[in-house]
Amino acid sequence: MLDSALSIFRTGRNLARLMEGLGITLQISAAAVGLSLLLGIPAGLLMAGRRPLIPKLLRLYLEIIRVMPILVLLFLFYYSLSRFLNINLSAMTVSVLVFTLWGTAEMSDLVRGAVSSLPRHQWESGRALGLNEMQVSLYVVFPQIVRRLLPGIINLTTRMIKTTPFVFFINLPDLLKVGQQIVEVSGIRNPLSSVWVYGFIFAVYFAICYPISLLSRYLELRWQS
Amino acid sequence: MVNSQEILKIKDLEKSFDGVPVLNRLTLTVKRGEVLVVIGPSGCGKSTLLRCLNGLEPVNGGQIVFEGQILTSFQTSWSRVRQRIGMVFQNYELFPHFNVLENILLGPVRVQGRKKSEALEKAEFWLNRVGLWDRRESFPRQLSGGQKQRVAIVRALAMDPEIMLFDEVTASLDPEMVREVLDVILNLAKEGLTMIIVTHEMAFARAVADRIIFIDQGVIVEDSPPETFFENPATDRARRFLNIFQFDGVQRGSRGTGPKTVPVRL
Ligand SMILES: Nc1ncnc2c1ncn2[C@@H]1O[C@H](COP(=O)(O)OP(=O)(O)O)[C@@H](O)[C@H]1O
Ligand SMILES: [Mg+2]
Repeated sequence: MLDSALSIFRTGRNLARLMEGLGITLQISAAAVGLSLLLGIPAGLLMAGRRPLIPKLLRLYLEIIRVMPILVLLFLFYYSLSRFLNINLSAMTVSVLVFTLWGTAEMSDLVRGAVSSLPRHQWESGRALGLNEMQVSLYVVFPQIVRRLLPGIINLTTRMIKTTPFVFFINLPDLLKVGQQIVEVSGIRNPLSSVWVYGFIFAVYFAICYPISLLSRYLELRWQS
Repeated sequence: MVNSQEILKIKDLEKSFDGVPVLNRLTLTVKRGEVLVVIGPSGCGKSTLLRCLNGLEPVNGGQIVFEGQILTSFQTSWSRVRQRIGMVFQNYELFPHFNVLENILLGPVRVQGRKKSEALEKAEFWLNRVGLWDRRESFPRQLSGGQKQRVAIVRALAMDPEIMLFDEVTASLDPEMVREVLDVILNLAKEGLTMIIVTHEMAFARAVADRIIFIDQGVIVEDSPPETFFENPATDRARRFLNIFQFDGVQRGSRGTGPKTVPVRL
């Protein structure tokens, strides 16, 4: 039994390919989370602000992205855009782009929520103490926002990691795609190969996402007020 | 004890929200060491007045002069002015992510750039005075409302303000905690700190005030010593307002027919 399992991973470059697939999954997630933070934080601050037009536009963007299946966005950018505009984006670029579009929308909403849930008198008591706007942001607002934001950011990160297998449909060999290819090839000789390979992938996703989710719960408990 | 030097001069102060006037050419002078108690019906502009004094609300007209400096000028650096004007609000507004000591030291150390040891000494002095030195490591969520307000007062005092503004600091407290906070303010008054206090605690107002300022609809209707104000208010409006706090003459079940109809059991 165990031999049959090990033989699959030992055959050819199977294990290395699975690791490469995992690398793609992690690259997309990391790049998309990083870019979403970079773009989502300013967007969220703008949404929480009092300027009338920008929050409405960002809200519209958020709603559109939210109702749109990720797969539709991937197809749109990968297949349609290249035909229509004659731009050829690599599957990797499209993946990061689409996940960033989604992540930025979600992130900006998280930031907006965190900022507007902070009571107005927190700003005021900072000012009343003689803190200037910079100092109010640095010492009063920012630390509290980060605490409110972190569980949401972590949750979004795990959701992104869990959604990466969709890139499979634009032929990007992520962890799941590689697994499927291996099963297709070795399934003829080894009927249990799907159990071993998908079991392995299950374990990998669990090993990545579960600690992140634990961290989120730990921080939430620690910062509860 | 009242030094005749003027610390704060407010002249024809005007403030409106969305075109609705809240303060109507309000004029008031505060001398060094004076304790002013501001009272008046809800919505008459008491909080707005205090908030204008430290620039939390921009004014629409008139002049505020603090220690000879005109504050109602576009050049005013409010963050500097606010270091000299302490303010405590109704709602507990401690910073929840800092403990008691960090709340208190933030201003003196980060804003005023004082030495930490010196600021700590002062914090210890004041925390001892309000009986909270052993709670210095506690976080705001671990304190009662009364304790939080005492810390908020210490946080303002730690900046060495020249004047303190109190906006209904006991209004959200349970009755048994009101006293501990008012006692702290009473002691500050005894030491000659200049204060403007907005409160609905009439007995406290009477005990602490050098002058009572009664505001109605954005203007000062009465400005008199507490004895005069409470025993002999000059205006009808003040008398009606004070009646809210009186229960004499209101009898259970009497329904205006007088106490004689109440059956007396022997
Ligand atoms: N930020 C604001 N925007 C609009 N109206 C306000 C604002 N702050 C206060 N007001 C109005 O100004 C009036 C005076 O308010 P306030 O100074 O808080 O009264 P008080 O403290 O005497 O109860 C009230 O009618 C209130 O509704
Ligand atoms: Mg008020």
